[in-house]
Amino acid sequence: MLLSSVSEMMEWGVRGAPATRRAAVSWRVISLVAFVALWSLAGGLVELTRPFNPLFLPAPWVVIGALLELARKGQLWMHVGATLERVAIGFGVGAVLAVALGLIAGQVRAVRNVIEPVVELLRPIPPLAVLPLFIVWVGIGETSKVGFITYATFFPMFVTTVHGVTQIDGRLLRAAQSLGARPHHLFFRVILPAALPDVLTGLRLGVALSFFVIVISEFVGAESGLGYLINDGRNFFLVPQMLGAAVLLGLLGYGGNALVRVLERRVLRWQHPR
Amino acid sequence: MKIHVRGLSRTFVAAGRETPALSGIDLEVAEREFVCLLGPSGCGKSTLLNIVAGFLRPSAGEVLVGGRPVTGPGADRGVVFQEYVLFPWLTVAGNVEFGLQLKGTPAAQRRAIVARYLDLVGLGAHAEKFPVQLSGGMKQRVAIARALANNPEIILMDEPFGALDAQTREVLQDELGRIQRVEHKTVLFVTHSIREAVYLADRVVVMTSAPGRIKQIFTIKLPEIRDRFTPEFTHYESEITRVVKEEVAKVHE
Repeated sequence: MLLSSVSEMMEWGVRGAPATRRAAVSWRVISLVAFVALWSLAGGLVELTRPFNPLFLPAPWVVIGALLELARKGQLWMHVGATLERVAIGFGVGAVLAVALGLIAGQVRAVRNVIEPVVELLRPIPPLAVLPLFIVWVGIGETSKVGFITYATFFPMFVTTVHGVTQIDGRLLRAAQSLGARPHHLFFRVILPAALPDVLTGLRLGVALSFFVIVISEFVGAESGLGYLINDGRNFFLVPQMLGAAVLLGLLGYGGNALVRVLERRVLRWQHPR
Repeated sequence: MKIHVRGLSRTFVAAGRETPALSGIDLEVAEREFVCLLGPSGCGKSTLLNIVAGFLRPSAGEVLVGGRPVTGPGADRGVVFQEYVLFPWLTVAGNVEFGLQLKGTPAAQRRAIVARYLDLVGLGAHAEKFPVQLSGGMKQRVAIARALANNPEIILMDEPFGALDAQTREVLQDELGRIQRVEHKTVLFVTHSIREAVYLADRVVVMTSAPGRIKQIFTIKLPEIRDRFTPEFTHYESEITRVVKEEVAKVHE
């Protein structure tokens, strides 16, 4: 097995031979189905043999049942909507701030020299560590939740944007200037498109991080949101509700990532045409 | 438009040490003249081209283009780089019309100009491809079309065929010769290939090793359409080789 993969590596590199689209999709489906099947099997066995209280490991259908029940009561959409709204605003503000500042800092060394040390100082602090500070400063309302996402997502998006701008090949700027480009042309027609791949990578990191940190901030003093549902489930020992909310968060994060991927494929078609 | 280089010197300063790259260059390139700069590597020929392009500033002296001193890069001097330097996010057509868009040329006119220059370099069928889909020779053809489509009076070429294989190189030399017979630009062309210089140039400027000075200028009195295998061609080649060799030998002393 290993030996055959070595010979394959010689021909195709570490990624291996390209699979057809159909094969790639069917492997994905098989993998997901197998996962759910294993979960169902485990949940079913626990329910039948009761080695411990089946409440600890509810089967998939129990989790889906809990979600359907929440949906029937009209609560589910309220919670999903609340989380989505916070993520959209928090991430949106963070993205605008990070990309705008990153584009400036990337081009102006003086700005970079002022901002970067502060960013490098704050960046390694896990965002979760500063959540209590946010709550002390702006309370436990919406502002602190949204602001917290903005704060947490700012760093990766800022850093990738700055990198995207600073790594631009200076010869592209020379070529553009020799074709008559003025400073605003250089910005919109060279710097922006050249930095775009890194900016989009930053956005993808930002989306993932948004769903990561929103849950924690919804644990504290929230009346709605998927994080609230999880915390509420913990307080009242509603394991299916906890798992259901977690699954939904996973799906939302996956969807957000897929959206950015679609955007990437659209605007970065030049990297892999056809 | 004429290029006038007067008393040009350039010194690079790195880590407090001064390295003279060019010293006392006086050169005139006449309108529609094709001049090759030839010399051992490190002789400052690319530096001279970059100063004429406006990418670098001279330490002393000046460059006049059409009577006016060069203060920076501009659309009057098209540049073709050794490494092509195409905009990877634009299609072939998008690259060629880049300068036209900046000038605000109307779309219909742009399309006609792009089509004309892509045909001129033999890439009419590849207009919608992206640079990653092209071979080196094709990329350099796009770069030449991009420079020409902008209609500058001067074209500056910095070892444009240096990264290509020998066969592609000769094909592109043929094409450039053919294009020049149509376009009649004022061309300053940096190369370290003597054959290439004799094949293309009206005059060949041989430079000394660092700091670069002008060692000797050869006027190539060959017919417009040249044959690399005539005795006259070979004569120029060996003549210039002899002069260049002296300089290369100095580098190795």
